[in-house]
Amino acid sequence: MNSAMPFEWILAIRFMRQARMQTLLIMAGVALGVSVIVFISALISGLQSNLFRRTLDFQAQIIILPPKEVSRPLHQAGGGVMLATLVQPRAQRLQSVDQWQTVLAQVAKMDGVSVVAPVVSGAGFIVRGEANKAVGLTGIEPETYLQLIALNSKIIAGTANITGTDILVGMDLAKDLGVWTGDKLNLQTASGGTATLSIRGIFDFGNSGLNSRSVYIALRTAQSLLDLSGGVTSVEANLDAPFTAETVAQTIQAQTGLKVDSWIATNAQFFSALEAQSMSNTVIRFFVGLTAALGIASVLVVSVVQKSKAIGILRATGTSRQQILRLFLLQGALTGLMGSLLGALVGWLFLNAWRNIAVNADGTPIFVIDFDPMLFVYAAVGATLVGILAALFPALQAARLDPAVAIRG
Amino acid sequence: MADFNAITLQLKGIRKAYNIGLPAETEVLHGLDLTIARGEFVALIGPSGSGKSTLLNLIGLLDKPTAGELLITGQPTTQLQDRELTLLRAKAIGFVFQFHNLLPEFTALENVMLPLLAARGRPDEAMRLRAAELIEQVGLTNVGKHMSNDLSGGQQQRVAIARALVMQPALVLADEPTGNLDTKAADNVFDLLRRVNEASDTSFLIVTHDPRLAQRCDRIIELVDGRIDSDKANRVSRP
Repeated sequence: MNSAMPFEWILAIRFMRQARMQTLLIMAGVALGVSVIVFISALISGLQSNLFRRTLDFQAQIIILPPKEVSRPLHQAGGGVMLATLVQPRAQRLQSVDQWQTVLAQVAKMDGVSVVAPVVSGAGFIVRGEANKAVGLTGIEPETYLQLIALNSKIIAGTANITGTDILVGMDLAKDLGVWTGDKLNLQTASGGTATLSIRGIFDFGNSGLNSRSVYIALRTAQSLLDLSGGVTSVEANLDAPFTAETVAQTIQAQTGLKVDSWIATNAQFFSALEAQSMSNTVIRFFVGLTAALGIASVLVVSVVQKSKAIGILRATGTSRQQILRLFLLQGALTGLMGSLLGALVGWLFLNAWRNIAVNADGTPIFVIDFDPMLFVYAAVGATLVGILAALFPALQAARLDPAVAIRG
Repeated sequence: MADFNAITLQLKGIRKAYNIGLPAETEVLHGLDLTIARGEFVALIGPSGSGKSTLLNLIGLLDKPTAGELLITGQPTTQLQDRELTLLRAKAIGFVFQFHNLLPEFTALENVMLPLLAARGRPDEAMRLRAAELIEQVGLTNVGKHMSNDLSGGQQQRVAIARALVMQPALVLADEPTGNLDTKAADNVFDLLRRVNEASDTSFLIVTHDPRLAQRCDRIIELVDGRIDSDKANRVSRP
């Protein structure tokens, strides 16, 4: 007997060792459940963070826009009768966010906002020799915007740090026009603005649409090209917790009266897919946990019956009800803990095998598996708690056992 | 030696009924009065169904009487809560049962240690020494390290006796301690009980069916139909 070990631990371990087959079988059951949870969780969170990254790499989490201009029907003075019977929605012209500096400062001060950037976006043409291409141009302040969008990591040549007469173009556009960093391009807009810009960097978003139709220029250049001097078309922000975007967006909308979009609202479909995945993961966890709990409980119920004479003798020789209760709770906890450690190991091996088996032709994994070592800790703690809960009923049964009856058995 | 009065056990008008309030209500013990003095070696005999086991459970604080008072070393027990009963039982009473006395998960020595372990929470060297001393006293030093399942029936009962004595109780209750053994082993176990009794102040109450063994006790109490039918001193011829 180990002197460091309390009475209940010694008993619990001896009881579990004695009923070796029962103990091994139920631990294997728990281990299997935990390995399924570890594997599925890693797979789904990998899938999600992958999708998540792909979405948020190109998009700010919160976009503050000027309110849409609406057509105002004419009313007769004093009456309520509408004179125009057909009301067409107004064509939306490019307009600035009213008082954007104040809005920017206000949003920057909000809790949970990590970065705010002003953006000017509009349409333009790239002209070089005979060729011209329609592009969406985005005017940015690199010092803030580069924190908002992972543009830096997409740069394949040059740098994203643009000033006055610089431009960033996509890889496909550069190829189409036969240009590279250092070359000059002419950019024109419908409002008559024109500027000659030199290519500072080339980016690759991994999407040919984006690569051939978007360009980035400095904020002030965009303002003058789009005839928006001093104005911005949107204020964009990122949050510390991306999933709170919708609430934060609604708060800003209420405070400013501007139109505020969150990435959650603009990607509703993507979100419902994420939620469905998370929910299915939760359902799987719940049922696996329940199955493990029922397994542990049933083994312990049988064990209480098998050990009833021993319990009677222990009670007769001075073991208290509380000690008996703890003895069985401990067996549940130990089964859960050991099973989960074993299961985490199996799950991890399985994940590694999966990483090597499920690969694309070029050797890159089909699924990126996001493996958080804390998952082991959660699994161990969770399974231990499940074990204790599962043991509660059998343990109470054991503690309530009438020793006189148990011994007579 | 444990601190107890000259009177180890006192029963005052002990009644025990089952199925109280139901049509099947039956009283098993009908108002027993009994006193056992320090160091007495008493046999409790009687036919099956006479209430011997019920009485033993009551005295062992494993069950509560319906009426009456039960004093262990002068302490009234009927008002005690489960926790206090467990403590008193651990301190004052040792048990030897007929079957399944030992936990098969433990060695003989460890089985003897169990009551000490339950009382103190963690094993220590003093416990080990105390258990080893008792194992020696019951003549099992050479098998102390064996798992209890590997011992013969007689050896197991000796280990049970050692365990019953480990807390230095005022009273040892033995329910047919030799009922499961052949004659020779039964004699040995019985001799051991006698020797322990003579060497200490511990009282013994032994339930037995075997009149031959009863004749070797100082006092024989016969229970018939839940009443004490006879209670007489017995002169034992000592070898």
